[in-house]
Amino acid sequence: MIKNTGSKFIAWIDERYDLSPIRNLLQHKKVPAHKHSLWYYMGGVTLFLFLVQLFTGILLLLYYRPGEDSAYESVRFIITEVRFGWLIRNVHSWSANLLVFFAFVHMFSVFFSKAYEKPRELTWVTGFIILVFTLAFGFSGYLLPWNELAFFATKVGTDIVGVVPIIGEPLKTFLRGGEDVTGATLSRFFGIHVAILPAIFTVFLGLHLLFIQQQGMHEPDHFKNLPEEKKKYIPFFPDFALKDLLLWIVVFNLLIFLSLYFPWELGNKAEAFASAPAGIKPEWYFMFMFQSLKFLPAHILFLEGELVGVLFFGVAGFFWMIIPYIKIKNKPNWKIQPLTLIGIIVVAFIVIMTVVGYLI
Amino acid sequence: MKLDRRKFLNTLLGVGGIGGIVAVLYPVFSFLIPPKSAEPKVNSVKAGLSSELPTNSAKIIKFGREPVILIKTEDNQLKALSAGCTHLDCIVQYKTDTKQILCACHNGIYDLNGRNVSGPPPRPLEQFDVKVIQDEIVITKQG
Amino acid sequence: MKKIFINLSIYAFPFFFLLSSVNAQKTAATGNRNSEEDQCYKCHKEIELLPADFLESDVHRHAALSCSSCHGGDPSSDDQEIAMSPKKGYVGVPKRKDIPKFCGKCHSNINIMRVYQPRIATDQVEQYYTSAHGKKLLAGDQNVAECASCHSAHSILPAKDPRSSVYALNVPNTCNKCHGNLEFMKNYKIPTNQLEEYSKSVHGIALLKNKDVSAPACNDCHGNHGATPPGVKSISHVCGTCHVTNYEYFNATKISKIFEQKGIHGCEQCHGNHSVQKPNDEMIGIGKESTCIECHTTGDSGYAVSQKIYSSLIHLKNKFDEANAKYLEVRQKGMNDIEIGFQLQDAKQALIQSRTLVHTFDSSRVSEKTVKGVEFSEKASALAQIEIDEYYTRRNGFALATLIFLVFIVALYFKIKDSEKKRS
Repeated sequence: MIKNTGSKFIAWIDERYDLSPIRNLLQHKKVPAHKHSLWYYMGGVTLFLFLVQLFTGILLLLYYRPGEDSAYESVRFIITEVRFGWLIRNVHSWSANLLVFFAFVHMFSVFFSKAYEKPRELTWVTGFIILVFTLAFGFSGYLLPWNELAFFATKVGTDIVGVVPIIGEPLKTFLRGGEDVTGATLSRFFGIHVAILPAIFTVFLGLHLLFIQQQGMHEPDHFKNLPEEKKKYIPFFPDFALKDLLLWIVVFNLLIFLSLYFPWELGNKAEAFASAPAGIKPEWYFMFMFQSLKFLPAHILFLEGELVGVLFFGVAGFFWMIIPYIKIKNKPNWKIQPLTLIGIIVVAFIVIMTVVGYLI
Repeated sequence: MKLDRRKFLNTLLGVGGIGGIVAVLYPVFSFLIPPKSAEPKVNSVKAGLSSELPTNSAKIIKFGREPVILIKTEDNQLKALSAGCTHLDCIVQYKTDTKQILCACHNGIYDLNGRNVSGPPPRPLEQFDVKVIQDEIVITKQG
Repeated sequence: MKKIFINLSIYAFPFFFLLSSVNAQKTAATGNRNSEEDQCYKCHKEIELLPADFLESDVHRHAALSCSSCHGGDPSSDDQEIAMSPKKGYVGVPKRKDIPKFCGKCHSNINIMRVYQPRIATDQVEQYYTSAHGKKLLAGDQNVAECASCHSAHSILPAKDPRSSVYALNVPNTCNKCHGNLEFMKNYKIPTNQLEEYSKSVHGIALLKNKDVSAPACNDCHGNHGATPPGVKSISHVCGTCHVTNYEYFNATKISKIFEQKGIHGCEQCHGNHSVQKPNDEMIGIGKESTCIECHTTGDSGYAVSQKIYSSLIHLKNKFDEANAKYLEVRQKGMNDIEIGFQLQDAKQALIQSRTLVHTFDSSRVSEKTVKGVEFSEKASALAQIEIDEYYTRRNGFALATLIFLVFIVALYFKIKDSEKKRS
């Protein structure tokens, strides 16, 4: 009975809007099955976490009130008075962190399997832009509870922007909405977090997903070189989709677990004139950059050390984004290819700096 | 037998699926229900009926985290002041005989405008605005 | 030049009261004299012979009084011979022992003073002669403080003015100019470390470090014009002007009478004087820091009472700290803490009150209060415990949800396996 109504409805739509492209996609899309298939799921998990963010974020908006003397109070209100408010807020915080984590995993898996090569250059570029916006989401969202740690982390973070020559100072003032981190910064970050970023983000995410559906899953070299009859595929629908769902539920359960057992503390309300508390740390995904900047000497040649660091990360990020367009010749007699080596160095650098940042 | 297994799996999937959806929707809908105190920050508080507060008396009202003393003076004026003594944060009381505000901890005395008159209090009590709307007393923070 | 002034003032002394007070009265009555017309100021400025401490914003100058209002003479003449002639009432620089009267010719006269400040007191000189300073000055001691020692001579500012030497924040240093001087104090056999002690005391920190002008400076206990050390009888009155309840409690005790008989200073005996510290619970009881055991020994009733008071105080304090720790935990966990906060405030109030009640030296009165405080603390603790428990019971809900998800996951897993099998 239900099935009947369902198919009738689809037929009704189909008659008017021609669903054949979608039907084709569902019927014919297939996913290569090989020993590295696991990495195909990372993008999906990231997408799922983004949806969780979207959903919990909208829920939080019902009670959150930006403003110097209401932001902290309203977050406190959410986690103390609103039923399950603690859960929604903590899922939002945890999901944000896992989202960044899985985005990084997804990116490096794509990098090492060289999935960004022709014809998928633009998928990589849009993906990189999405990552940058994800980090911007994290940075702007961190301030919103208006607690001590976030306040000072934002102060330090925006200070770093200020060292960029020429545009640095105006950019810093623009971000802060004034000379200093104040209530004006909070309003600004709120606007950026809930309106500007989601709008831009959705565009790039849409493009990213569209490109993937257009081109299908990337087949790594070892799979491509197999004889046709040895290539194994699983249909995207329902097998891959169901597996995705399964993983999503596992991740979802993990999220609730983390939110319950390792809730994010609200801490003390930010006081603009209080002295900075000990142990101000940025969020962990900024740690490697923060730590490297700390290691730099005050002056390198005639430039400020911090400036060199910021410029370095800027340039490195840019090259990372356009990596599909950079031709690096393979060295047949090298055990590890140069690009893979670069990737390993980058991962090692990020991991070591992050660990060092937390140990020191 | 095989059919049974499939049926069983489908039932399990249905039960788990619906249960899962409920497990998600229950917190979400609970979240949507407005909580008891509908606002995070207290800017005003209702303090009962004006006609029920006798002349020359006072009561302590909870203004969010802050205790506030509401006084009805002899000439039926309503005054609201922060009830935390500025010395060591004891709760002050209204003295009906001398028409003053007294902190019993160290005998700090304030006048009815909250000014510290004698004893250890270093500063006056913070004043709140009082309005009476259809006999209902409403206390608001002074901006 | 200065010498001449002094010489002249000796000549002038007989006319001192007669003329100069008339002169001052005249000025006060006729009102403001333009300083441009004031030949004293004009001339002395020209030859750069204004007094070393001369301040343009001096309160007297501000009220448009002329030099002659105090020193006599004729300010309308630009001829020194005439302007500074004793005939015109010129008195020059007063001798040290004459200064109180010199100032008093106006300041003791309410008819003159009320023109400037209707509410001002006019008994300063009278008070001064009751002070240790004043008595010694009368006895011919040339070293003791007179008016100008504290107020200065030509840069006098009202006590409300933060630049004034007698502004609350500046008083300790003003007194210390003499009282911190070892050489100076040698003859009087009094110590010179009062400022040092005071600045470490709870009052000194409040005043000098936190700039809280409601904290007492030297004059708030010793008096200003009638400055004298408080006596045995008056010391508890002095402290009691601010610490009212403590004073009342203490005064009603047997111990205060005994103190009086034995000549022991009331508050000072336990709390000290200039270096009075924020009191702590260890001051009572039978511990090392207890001040009770300075007189009381094992076996006497005071010893037992002290021990009782101490134990009930500490019991409350521990209960309060325990509740407070839980309260902080609740806050940190982000649970609802408002009601706990109110209970805790009541508990804190009871703790403060029972600490004050220590001064009754009545263990039953103290414990009556501490029992109440303990009740509040325990209530706060219980409320906090409910919140903390709630924090952990959320885990049951999570367990249930996980179970449901697990069923779904397992079913899904087999479903996928089935569909894979079907295909192959």
